[in-house]
Amino acid sequence: MRRSYLIPEFVVDIEHTNCRRCKRCVMNCSYEALSFENKVVPDNFKCVACHRCVVYCPEQVITVRKNPTDFKGSANWTDRHRLDIWKQAETGSILLTGMGNDLPYEIIFDHLVLDACQVTNPSIDPLREPMELRTYLGKKPDSLEFVETPDGKLKLKEKPPKNLKLEIPIVFAPMSYGAISLNSHKAMAMAAKEMGTVMHTGEGGLHEELYDYGQYTITQCASGRFGVHADYLKRGIAVDIKIGQGAKPGIGGHLPGEKVGLDISKTRMIPMGTDALSPAPHHDIYSIEDLRQLIFAIKEATGYKPVSVKIATVHNIAAIASGVVRAGADIVYLDGFRGGTGAAPRIVRDHVGIPLELALASVDDRLRQEGIRNHASLIAAGSIRSAADAIKAIALGADAVAIGTGALIAIGCRVCQTCHMGRCAWGIATQRPELTRRLDPEIAAERLINLLRAWSLEIKEVLGSLGLNAIESLRGSRERLRGIGLDSQTLDILAVKAAGK
Amino acid sequence: MNHNYQKDISGCGLTGLISKSGELVPGSVIIKSICPMRDRGNGLGAGFAAYGIYPDYKDYYALHIMFDHGTARELTEEFLESNYEVAKHERIPHQKTKYIVYHPMLYRYFVKPKSGRPDKEFADVEGDDFVVRTVMKVNSEIEGAYVFSSGKNMGAFKGVGFPDEIAEFYMIEDYKGYIWTAHNRFPTNTPGWWGGAHPFTLLDWSIVHNGEISSYGINKRYLEMFGYRCTLLTDTEVIAYIFDLMIRRHGMPFKTACKAVAAPFWKDIDDMPEDEKEALTSIRMVYGSALLNGPFSILFGHSNGLIGLSDRIKLRPLVVAEKDDRVYMASEESSIREICAKPAKVWYPRAGEPVIVNLDNKNI
Repeated sequence: MRRSYLIPEFVVDIEHTNCRRCKRCVMNCSYEALSFENKVVPDNFKCVACHRCVVYCPEQVITVRKNPTDFKGSANWTDRHRLDIWKQAETGSILLTGMGNDLPYEIIFDHLVLDACQVTNPSIDPLREPMELRTYLGKKPDSLEFVETPDGKLKLKEKPPKNLKLEIPIVFAPMSYGAISLNSHKAMAMAAKEMGTVMHTGEGGLHEELYDYGQYTITQCASGRFGVHADYLKRGIAVDIKIGQGAKPGIGGHLPGEKVGLDISKTRMIPMGTDALSPAPHHDIYSIEDLRQLIFAIKEATGYKPVSVKIATVHNIAAIASGVVRAGADIVYLDGFRGGTGAAPRIVRDHVGIPLELALASVDDRLRQEGIRNHASLIAAGSIRSAADAIKAIALGADAVAIGTGALIAIGCRVCQTCHMGRCAWGIATQRPELTRRLDPEIAAERLINLLRAWSLEIKEVLGSLGLNAIESLRGSRERLRGIGLDSQTLDILAVKAAGK
Repeated sequence: MNHNYQKDISGCGLTGLISKSGELVPGSVIIKSICPMRDRGNGLGAGFAAYGIYPDYKDYYALHIMFDHGTARELTEEFLESNYEVAKHERIPHQKTKYIVYHPMLYRYFVKPKSGRPDKEFADVEGDDFVVRTVMKVNSEIEGAYVFSSGKNMGAFKGVGFPDEIAEFYMIEDYKGYIWTAHNRFPTNTPGWWGGAHPFTLLDWSIVHNGEISSYGINKRYLEMFGYRCTLLTDTEVIAYIFDLMIRRHGMPFKTACKAVAAPFWKDIDDMPEDEKEALTSIRMVYGSALLNGPFSILFGHSNGLIGLSDRIKLRPLVVAEKDDRVYMASEESSIREICAKPAKVWYPRAGEPVIVNLDNKNI
């Protein structure tokens, strides 16, 4: 066998003198990086830094660190470039990866700061005053008409279109059953119900065990039509048509056959063991008119539930979003180029698309210029890492944000970027029964609920400091943001003033 | 116009009165009412609005315009003459006072839109809408020109100074109106300027405001979708435009419009009877961007009445009193007592609860 030129990315150190040889680390290592030969022996090449062994070692004698071996320094030929070339020289393959873009592009959210009230306008204490995060997603008419009732009460002349009611402006991002485990889905469904928000099935359908959570679910119709049937669509509170994904714009999905066991086969309605390929284009959508037909077909099928269209943020996103709204979408789901993925070619994940912040600002602007901002809500997604990101996205114009990777991290994900291997040691992004059972859905749900609750409290705290007591007063209010270290063109696109102005 | 515009923020004192029978009240009364609240201003802005002051021209829009220079006046008059039938135009009567020496040129024009107008952009726009477009156009496109009043049989008079100085400057006591509002301004973030004083008006709507609109950014962007341009650099401007949008253009009843800008909390909406719950839920869904957040108490005048409204957690004061056919509203009770020593009833309206007073006879 030819010698590989690669070197391990990580080094596993075990403090053998204090190790009691319980082998728990070996049992926990789904990547088979640890074995036992009188003592625990690491195979550094296989370690992905998932930290499962570190967390579950009762003696805490395991350390995983980045391989300290130095490369001859070069700002141009980075370690990453060299390792990639060696990998490809050995395999002749596309580099595959999981999770989101990790290149050091400027993160605009980190260059935006929020306003706060001082003397002229009192801040509001969220512990003493109501602070409202309730959000309705969907098409709104430009105006309402009322009829006078004899007792002088308000009554609507005509009901507005159905909207999706959220108690918090945070939803779970689409992650399919297949890409992630059933227990992960269960945890999100339970958390969504508890917090009055929604989880998003992704393109893999909805497992029957989760049908009771339908009212807290956005179902998805992707190009593969996996698991899409009338009952599925009707179970959900809204339907999403997946056109693009932030991590891989213009690229379809691929669930390898080995992940398609009995349950996934039934849920996706495909034979066991077959690859589930969902190409980027839908077989019936090659134009905006085609999209319109599908939107209205879904509306007819579901009794006019809100229909969302998920698009990846690309160069001409404002015009695309305008077309999507004019095609009848009630929600436009904008997935930024840092959005996560179960598996994608690294070149696409890292180099295709544009940052969410810029896309969001230009879409919100464009829809306003065209006078159609009320016709659809915007969900912003693609690496919302904290409540601060969520608040800034809302101030830039989002109605709500979606969290995918953030939710997975809450339930244990270490962002080791190897979801595509299907060996997730935490039972999150895997279908292997011995691994999926590691994730207790109730414990995971509790962690998700805690995360959403914590973020909600933080959002309320910031709203209070801004002197606002309703989230709708922050939505699109870019006046409350300032940029630090952003160039004037970026500030112009964001329609945000520089700090100090 | 873009995001680089700087808004102005203000605290303030306000007072107003309405004679429900339409009896004309001399300006001296409102001057007497606003002056005790001197500490609520800092000399950087004051103003008055009065309804019923131009009976001879009551069918004409009275455009009050301030010009920074002669070119602005020429350009504006050129536009007005070609698009409006001008029944009369003149300097707004004013006099030099001890404290107000420098001021913009102040003119008023009594106009009706012509039927055949050269302005093709708005050629098919009807009367009120055409006037609104004119106000937006002048304010945003003619540098140094600001329309600060555009209603019929009403007018706003405002500038930089304390209320007594502005009253003296405009000779407010010479006017008589059935509704009066007055304002004493305390701008804190930027120096006061003539266009930024209150009242803010559009058509017959006039607003005096104490507080700060924390939701200004989104209110402004929402209004821009409907063709409004916020150019007067003060957050109060959005209130006048929001009411114009809701009441005149969307046909919303006054009370409902108040429920949109100072919406009840969700916890209260959730407990309402089904019809009302549905209506208020829809209002918040549809008009969420028009919700006025932050502290405010406002007096909202229009040709048929006067409305007092404070924000939904009442971060600014508002007191109302009643005697005979008159209703008084002010930031402080002392202001009312000054002109109505023994009111029959005095009350402090609840947060977000509008006090709506209409004329007995709407044909005044």
